Amino acid sequence: MYDTKHEIRNTRYQLRKTNYEEVIIAGFGGQGIILAGKLLAQTAMTAGREVTYMPAYGAEVRGGTANCAVVIADEPIASPLVSRPNSLIAMNKASLNKFGGRVKPGGLLVFNSSLIDEKNLDSLDETIDILPVPADEFAVELGNQKASNMVALGAYLQKTGLFSADAAAQALPDVLARRYHKTLPVNTKALHRGAKFAKTTDSIQL
Amino acid sequence: MREKGDTSNGVSERTLRCGNEALAEAAVLAGLDAYFGYPITPQNEVTAYMSKRMPEQGRVFIQSESELAAINMVFGASATGKRAMTSSSSPGISLMQEGMSYLAGAELPAVVVNVMRGGPGLGNIAPSQGDYFQATRGGGHGDYRTIVLGPSTVQELADCMPLAFDLADKYRMTVVVLADGILGQMMEPVVLQEKPRPELPPKDWALTGAQGREQNIVRSLWLKEGALEEHNYKLQAKYRQVQETEVRCEDYKIDDADIIVIAYGVAARIVRSAVNRARQEGVKAGLIRPITLWPFPHEQISRAAEEFRIFLTVEMSCGQMVEDVKLAVAGKVPVLFYGRPGGGIPTVDDVLENIRQLTLPLKRLVP
Repeated sequence: MYDTKHEIRNTRYQLRKTNYEEVIIAGFGGQGIILAGKLLAQTAMTAGREVTYMPAYGAEVRGGTANCAVVIADEPIASPLVSRPNSLIAMNKASLNKFGGRVKPGGLLVFNSSLIDEKNLDSLDETIDILPVPADEFAVELGNQKASNMVALGAYLQKTGLFSADAAAQALPDVLARRYHKTLPVNTKALHRGAKFAKTTDSIQL
Repeated sequence: MREKGDTSNGVSERTLRCGNEALAEAAVLAGLDAYFGYPITPQNEVTAYMSKRMPEQGRVFIQSESELAAINMVFGASATGKRAMTSSSSPGISLMQEGMSYLAGAELPAVVVNVMRGGPGLGNIAPSQGDYFQATRGGGHGDYRTIVLGPSTVQELADCMPLAFDLADKYRMTVVVLADGILGQMMEPVVLQEKPRPELPPKDWALTGAQGREQNIVRSLWLKEGALEEHNYKLQAKYRQVQETEVRCEDYKIDDADIIVIAYGVAARIVRSAVNRARQEGVKAGLIRPITLWPFPHEQISRAAEEFRIFLTVEMSCGQMVEDVKLAVAGKVPVLFYGRPGGGIPTVDDVLENIRQLTLPLKRLVP
């Protein structure tokens, strides 16, 4: 369908130009999926954008998976539900298997390469930009494995050019429960680490 | 620095809130005196929020032992002239129907929030619009109506709360706020502010202690011959007044539309996306979104059906509001239906495909 890299880039550009970002963030319970989604939504709101955040709840949550959908736009958002995302942040293998095939052609996949082997990418649309991020490794290096969500989010923000890691870090206190505010520094570092990685790493194409 | 949710100056900035929390805070700002509720997914955040916020304000919060108790506590609090509400989700609302009939009979104002989930029975906890019949026709016994509001955004859900209390007080009726699991769970930026209360009739019927005045009686039992019939005619006159004055409805791109989709609540958001995409493809689509489900915007829909166009009703059910649309259209134009029941959610693509298919014959007619 898309023959040249030029066309692929063009599609990607078209997607961005719509100013209508639909992203799914998915992983297992405990990976901070919900927090990452809320932070993205809060950052978008602070930046004056329209935004919706929709957590999966109920049966979808059973079996330890968690996911949420965030839509960011310049106009009132019609549907908060995302069936075909522009972007996917996949933190574990099950999420990649579940949502990978739904990413729009020319879309973006950020995945946690600490937990997901690249051989799982075979079935994906070949026009998708793919960025493997060793999120858990970076988080461990920074002193808290739980910050892997922030590494992935930082990488995603950098890759899409939506918001800076700084903007997200400033929104953190609004979404992080007060009892976790002692983790603000490590989460901030993780956001920047992810952004720095994405800045210096080329995405791969199948 | 002000805390999130600090509304001490009556106005809050844009905050990110889920629908359940937004409606709860909006109710507090609307002067809610007493909240009674029993937990059920997907509206637990309402009860949880109220359990903290109401005592903070020195107001009443009671987690009742059942939904039956909750609605009867609303009855009691309302009879004293206080603003009272409860919230639940579909199965819990079914349990409250008897109480709602009694509230109607006794002409007591009340606000009931239903964050709908899949049914029938315990069903599941996914979003649904399967309670339209129950809400607009009344699941309780007797000739009564409730006002039903069907918001489609978190902001509108929040804005519905002061309106619901004002309408309830104005007409001495129950107002049902009909949301669903998506609206309850999703977060959106919302501005919450204390609104000035409109002039409302004095609650001179309330049970406030009869010292120095005639005794007030709040009841739904009318045994004297002819008394109940008379009471019913009085209720009906009130309902007619509501139908004449309280219809709320939004239309979107309907003037030149070949196909008009009718949807409410969250389904209307999905439809709006589909309408926009259909327009991009050159299909003239439009949307009519009833905001009050009772009174239903019969007149607006009937007017739109004066010209030939296709009507499509989209719901998260097997087709309930479509019956009201058909009544309004009265056979003038075809009314079709698309929906998914039991927690299934129509996608923008599904609705768009329906719009495409239904307008295909029009393309053949007009080359």
